[in-house]
Amino acid sequence: MAEKTTKKTGQEAGTNGTAGNGNGKRLLGIDPEAIKAKAIEDLEAIKQPTKTDLYKSIFRVKHDETPRSRTLGVLSNVFLHLHPAKINRDAVAYNYTWGMGGISFYLFWVLTWTGVLLMFYYHPTKVQAFRDILYLEHDVPFGKLLRNMHRWGAHAMVLTVWLHMYRVFLTGSYKKPRQFNWMVGVILLVLTLLLSFTGYLLPDDQLGFWAVTVGTNMARATPMLGHEGPFGLMFGMTAYNDVRFALLGGSIVDSNALLRAYIWHCVAIPGFAATFMIVHFWRVRKDGGISGPAPMMLEKEIKPLRR
Amino acid sequence: MDWHQLWTILSLPDNVPIIGLMIVIPFYTWYAFRQAFANDRLIEQLEADPEMAKTHHRKTQPFLKGWAREVHVWPYLLRIEFLAAIIVTAILMVWSITLDAPLEEPANPTLTMNPSKAPWYFLGLQEMLVYFDPWIAGVVMPTLIIVGLIAIPYIDTNPLGNGYYTYKQRRFAIWTYLSGFIILWCVMVVIGTLIRGPGWMWFWPGQTWDHNKLVFEVNRDLHEIIGITDPLIYGIFGFLVVAGFVVLTGFAVHKLLTMTEFNRKILDRMTLLQYLTMQLLLITMVGLPAKMAARLLFRIKYVWVTPWFNV
Repeated sequence: MAEKTTKKTGQEAGTNGTAGNGNGKRLLGIDPEAIKAKAIEDLEAIKQPTKTDLYKSIFRVKHDETPRSRTLGVLSNVFLHLHPAKINRDAVAYNYTWGMGGISFYLFWVLTWTGVLLMFYYHPTKVQAFRDILYLEHDVPFGKLLRNMHRWGAHAMVLTVWLHMYRVFLTGSYKKPRQFNWMVGVILLVLTLLLSFTGYLLPDDQLGFWAVTVGTNMARATPMLGHEGPFGLMFGMTAYNDVRFALLGGSIVDSNALLRAYIWHCVAIPGFAATFMIVHFWRVRKDGGISGPAPMMLEKEIKPLRR
Repeated sequence: MDWHQLWTILSLPDNVPIIGLMIVIPFYTWYAFRQAFANDRLIEQLEADPEMAKTHHRKTQPFLKGWAREVHVWPYLLRIEFLAAIIVTAILMVWSITLDAPLEEPANPTLTMNPSKAPWYFLGLQEMLVYFDPWIAGVVMPTLIIVGLIAIPYIDTNPLGNGYYTYKQRRFAIWTYLSGFIILWCVMVVIGTLIRGPGWMWFWPGQTWDHNKLVFEVNRDLHEIIGITDPLIYGIFGFLVVAGFVVLTGFAVHKLLTMTEFNRKILDRMTLLQYLTMQLLLITMVGLPAKMAARLLFRIKYVWVTPWFNV
């Protein structure tokens, strides 16, 4: 550092050329040989990027093939420390896990990013919503790909969440001590379906309009809270104050429903889902990591129940 | 055989996930049961040989003395996650490049789509609307599905099969889940997507979706078939029929539960509250196919008619 400063001031002042080895020619007090040596040093350093200050400042620990640094690589990284440092050797078996929980999370992440990009082009108003989709499809660079990825990613996520639940059931992973995390998982399943459903209306086309009309018409029939449901009239329900009205912000699927669907879809439900996901992942760790493949228990080993 | 109609339905972009569903669900069911049966064979061996049970590591995955029991997450898990992310991205990219998301005409409240369908994952519920009034199919049933799913860990008192695939040790639980998930949910979704056409009428695969098709529904309420006309009496009569169904189904479920020695042992571990919750959920679950059978075989519309609601 001191050397560099000297050189800099030397350059500015045009005097004082004491730096360097003194053998080379000096131009305005700069030693070209010394600069060359420095440049070579820097180029050599590029070959070992993990030794640079920049790298060390970002990753904190050096990475080499020792158990210690493999452990630190996971534990000292904010994203990776969701994992334990070590796991059971069988827990990485794909035939056991199916990987569907992780894939669901990855798809959620993809949907968040494609969704944010779509939001740049979308206005949740009756005048513009449908035109924005046309604009996306025909004028925005890669707009069509963006919308396609968002839609197919959403469909895929519904499937992977179902499969994740299927696997967790078939391996009995909801059993003690993971009962509560199963409950969180069911809530996340419902949120996934609601996210997908609220997104369906947003293009403001016939498909979404009638799907949401069919879907929200059922709310009319809610017992006690819907105006066509059992005991609804007794509770003073009309088309203008029942639970369907609250969902749509009106008695028909119109501009208020579009705005509500948009806010639920882009802000509220993703927020809830993210919160529950934090709990879900946290509890996976706290409940002892992934459930198996666990050693099998035999019938005669069942302990008498203590209450 | 109208192949063009079949192709029109199957190739509808929003129906592609259903095609995926019809492939991945059977595949993963096979995949799980293959491991369950392998585990069950090992369980039988262990039960027959107590010495082996003492020393065996009790998994079908190989394990030799001297092997580390644990592996580092970096790289053994992270590389799998990374690979999975790349594969999913690639599949999603190809899917998105080759198939466009649907966009119909602008929303038009004056022009009803026929058939107008909910998103595919809710079509099981929409299919239920054929057999039940909306307050049951659209409100009570979904609520019970969510509550029932949440209740599973709290009513399943079988401690076996925690963290490994098995069929032998959890027959009742697995049959219940399979009938709920595959028959009552996935098959209903497939029916709702591929079979139901204009007017929500039944069209077999390959049958032309005829918008002018007329079906003369001859559904009648149960009390009409019997010939009761007084509202008070058929109200009470309907209640008795439903109550009878609840009692009979509950009895049948109980019989099924106490059929084997093992199940009786598990039942002993249940509290009364756990048992009643399970009965309520199972009876409701059986209620759906029961009403479907009543409708499809005997053309019964409602079983229980009251001034406030109909079942």
